[in-house]
Amino acid sequence: MNVDSIKNGIVIDHITAGKGMKIYNLLGLDELECCVALIKNVPSRKMGKKDIIKVDTDFEVNTDILGYVDPDITVNVIKNGKIVEKKTIELPEMLTNVLECKNPRCISATEQELPHIFKLADREKRIYRCFYCETKAKT
Amino acid sequence: MRSLIDISELTLDELDELIRTADDIIENPQKYAHACSGKKLATLFFEPSTRTRLSFEAAMYELGGSVLGFSESQSSSAAKGESVADTAKTVSCYADIIAMRHPKEGAPLVASLNASVPVINAGDGGHNHPTQTLADLLTIHREKGRFGDFTVGLCGDLKFGRTVHSLITALKRYSGVEFVLISPNELKLPDYIKESLKKEGIPFLETGDLEGVMPKLDILYMTRVQRERFFNEEDYLRLKDSYILTPEKLANAKNDLSILHPLPRVNEISVAIDDDPRACYFKQVLYGKYMRMALILKLLEVNV
Repeated sequence: MNVDSIKNGIVIDHITAGKGMKIYNLLGLDELECCVALIKNVPSRKMGKKDIIKVDTDFEVNTDILGYVDPDITVNVIKNGKIVEKKTIELPEMLTNVLECKNPRCISATEQELPHIFKLADREKRIYRCFYCETKAKT
Repeated sequence: MRSLIDISELTLDELDELIRTADDIIENPQKYAHACSGKKLATLFFEPSTRTRLSFEAAMYELGGSVLGFSESQSSSAAKGESVADTAKTVSCYADIIAMRHPKEGAPLVASLNASVPVINAGDGGHNHPTQTLADLLTIHREKGRFGDFTVGLCGDLKFGRTVHSLITALKRYSGVEFVLISPNELKLPDYIKESLKKEGIPFLETGDLEGVMPKLDILYMTRVQRERFFNEEDYLRLKDSYILTPEKLANAKNDLSILHPLPRVNEISVAIDDDPRACYFKQVLYGKYMRMALILKLLEVNV
């Protein structure tokens, strides 16, 4: 299957196979007017298979979201058909407005204007907890 | 400016300092009688409470300060839909320090991020209750004369019992503390606290059998199954009488056991135990006031 290379935009590569759609949704790529390709189960020497997302426009990608879903992802920034930057992703210390706390007793469930903030509680197990009530994030 | 939202914000040295101050207040109350003269404490209680609110108010009065506030959300602007942040900003204009109880977890934290005066968490839902822990710690200090090298049994509602969560957070930092967690299956300690105990190598045992573990315990911390934490009345009714401490259940207990309870109690400690010298729960109430006095002095940076 061939997907054209892009001139100006980003390529989100090395996505664990099966997580591409989740990233597509969390980044809100459905709202973009430009060409966006989500390619699933691409053969990969390193990973066996992987997902790739290509966005054909200058797009400020939220690396916190990528880090939260899959910190092994790489992001290539393309200008005039060439890779000008390779971003490595880390597990973010804090996530703002990416997840919502599911605890009905949490203040963030009542007060709509509060930002939804989660803090990294356990790096090894990739556990995030609500900043306000410490409830574990459900993924 | 400093607030107190979670007991872990206080270092062990600061806890020692608060306990020393509380000891000194007990010995020399007159020395502190005008320490907060001209200062005002706002008690913002969005949820009913007798003990904690009166304890804060008594503490401030005994320091020579004054008190303003409300004791239920219906008599505050929250009833009109005001946010916690706005309430905190507003009350900062009237008071020098705020004590807030709120049924929503994290509300005092939000208040502290928006207030321009110190905020004390006086209980937020089933989450934290650090000043109860201060009361518990002073009780343990005065009863045992030490922190650490003891086995603490925590019994009852360990899931929603915020006093339990805060006490474990505080005590796990001392060496030689072993926890025995006694609860029905549905009211077990939340995973995140157990995770932190495991991670730090602190021994704990989970059991449903209070009498079986009684001989091991140096401290028994009883809690009430709280009706207000249940969405379902049936669950509450099924679990409320899980553990009732009676003189018979104390038959195998150590002679120097200390029985604590954050109160109010419903029926989980038989009144027949009140006169037992091992019962410390009413002393605990008094100690709570002294620790709140010590905390108010610290957060207002008043040196006596």
